[in-house]
Amino acid sequence: MAPTACFNCKEARAVIIRPKNRHKLCRACFISIFETEVHETIIGTNLFFPGERVAIGASGGKDSTVLAAVLKTLNERYNYGLDLCLLSIDEGIRGYRDDSLETVKRNAVQYEMPLDILGYSELYGWTMDQVVEQVGKKGNCTYCGVFRRQALDRGAARLGIKHVVTGHNADDVAETVMMNLLRGDLPRLSRGTSIVTSSDASDIKRSKPLKYAYEKEIVLYAHHRQLDYFTTECIYSPEAFRGSARTLIKDLEKIRPSSILDIVKSGEDMAALVPVEVRGAGKSKQSAEEESAGGCGSQNGRTSGGEMAAMEEQLAQNDEAESLETEIKLPNGSRVKPNRGPTGKAVKAQTIKHCERCNYISSQRICKACTLLDGLNRNRPKTAIEVGVGMEDEESSSTLMRQMERAQLSAT
Amino acid sequence: MANTSNAGQGDFPIPITVEFTGGLELLFGNERKHKVVLPARLEDGSKPNISYLLKYLVDNLMKDQRIDMFIMEDNVRPGILVLINDADWELEGEETYELQQGDNIVFVSTLHGG
Repeated sequence: MAPTACFNCKEARAVIIRPKNRHKLCRACFISIFETEVHETIIGTNLFFPGERVAIGASGGKDSTVLAAVLKTLNERYNYGLDLCLLSIDEGIRGYRDDSLETVKRNAVQYEMPLDILGYSELYGWTMDQVVEQVGKKGNCTYCGVFRRQALDRGAARLGIKHVVTGHNADDVAETVMMNLLRGDLPRLSRGTSIVTSSDASDIKRSKPLKYAYEKEIVLYAHHRQLDYFTTECIYSPEAFRGSARTLIKDLEKIRPSSILDIVKSGEDMAALVPVEVRGAGKSKQSAEEESAGGCGSQNGRTSGGEMAAMEEQLAQNDEAESLETEIKLPNGSRVKPNRGPTGKAVKAQTIKHCERCNYISSQRICKACTLLDGLNRNRPKTAIEVGVGMEDEESSSTLMRQMERAQLSAT
Repeated sequence: MANTSNAGQGDFPIPITVEFTGGLELLFGNERKHKVVLPARLEDGSKPNISYLLKYLVDNLMKDQRIDMFIMEDNVRPGILVLINDADWELEGEETYELQQGDNIVFVSTLHGG
């Protein structure tokens, strides 16, 4: 097959086909166009102000590494005047996070940005290894997600920084749109698509400058710029993407690559239609909570796949029902019952308070992290007696046991 | 495609490099780079293409039982990118691309987290 010329410069050999418009681009044009589009997103949404201090939530993975590289490039090219730094969260998962933190440390040198690492152990007195020791592998992602959300905010607060950017990409946003749509969760649907997530009660702003960037292009950008990033599966949630909405998104992309951005745009349009009183329901930075699990493959990993099957069934029923009731879609949304949350209970407009324990923003008296910690701490002495070895040994031996379990499983 | 290889080198084995990144290396003994030598002709007389390579990799190189993390419906799982000499395989005819001596084939997963 003769080499195809680049759509943009008409000269160099095209090496990529853009998912969103099928343009064939050479390496140099692709890199430049990718960067320009992120710049346009930033300018179009007034994301930053000159002199702003911005922390990049960095995991060492592809998304945050590309985000750091692109922001550094754009900051210098367009004189944003940003003071950028890297902020990493150490969940305390041996054999997983320690390797990726090494990557972040290299990135800090490569991009000449200061790096701050904040550990779960330091913040909560528990590493994820210890949490898993306590609660088992099932449901541990809930802990990790809740802890991580707070950790980024706390890390930023500690640095006196009021803006945290994360590497969430278009695939992540499309996945969130899909899940919230299927759940019928209008408040989250309306918040999940917005580029900036902030709460009146929090002075820390969260944003996702890569929200229109395809995951595919992020990976290719990293590849063609030879960026140093780290990939792995979380040892506690391997294959988190299996059977999830993520799979659906990737299957759709295979059939029609533009679907991902189409879903993002549809999500934004639907968000605009959500009545204001519903939009505010449960506004306690929960959208940040929703997306915070993006770093571990899929936010739906914690439901271990069954959720999509259940949802498919429900969706089929909904489809049937919908065909019968197209005529009664009232603008007021009486069909969708906007006051009902995903659980079917009425959503009360929640007020923002501060957690009595830790002072973190919370819709409850005690925030979610503290509630989870309560449960963990209550059971701690028991475990200590049972195990009766030093923490170091305890961790490494349990990891080893898990590896052996897996090896045995796969050998049979 | 592959019009240069009809004559001359047609019956020599085809050495290529295969790379797994983005988390896929975990399925292949945690090795990123692999040297592979493919036969010049297959039993039916055709030349080895990407489809053949996929089967070859699963049968010979894959250390993990979870084949569906790499292959789905006899093709690369959606979410895994394939680069043929650094170009998106869509530009080269995807699974029908016939491998040439010295080709560099990269499989990059976009599915794994950081």
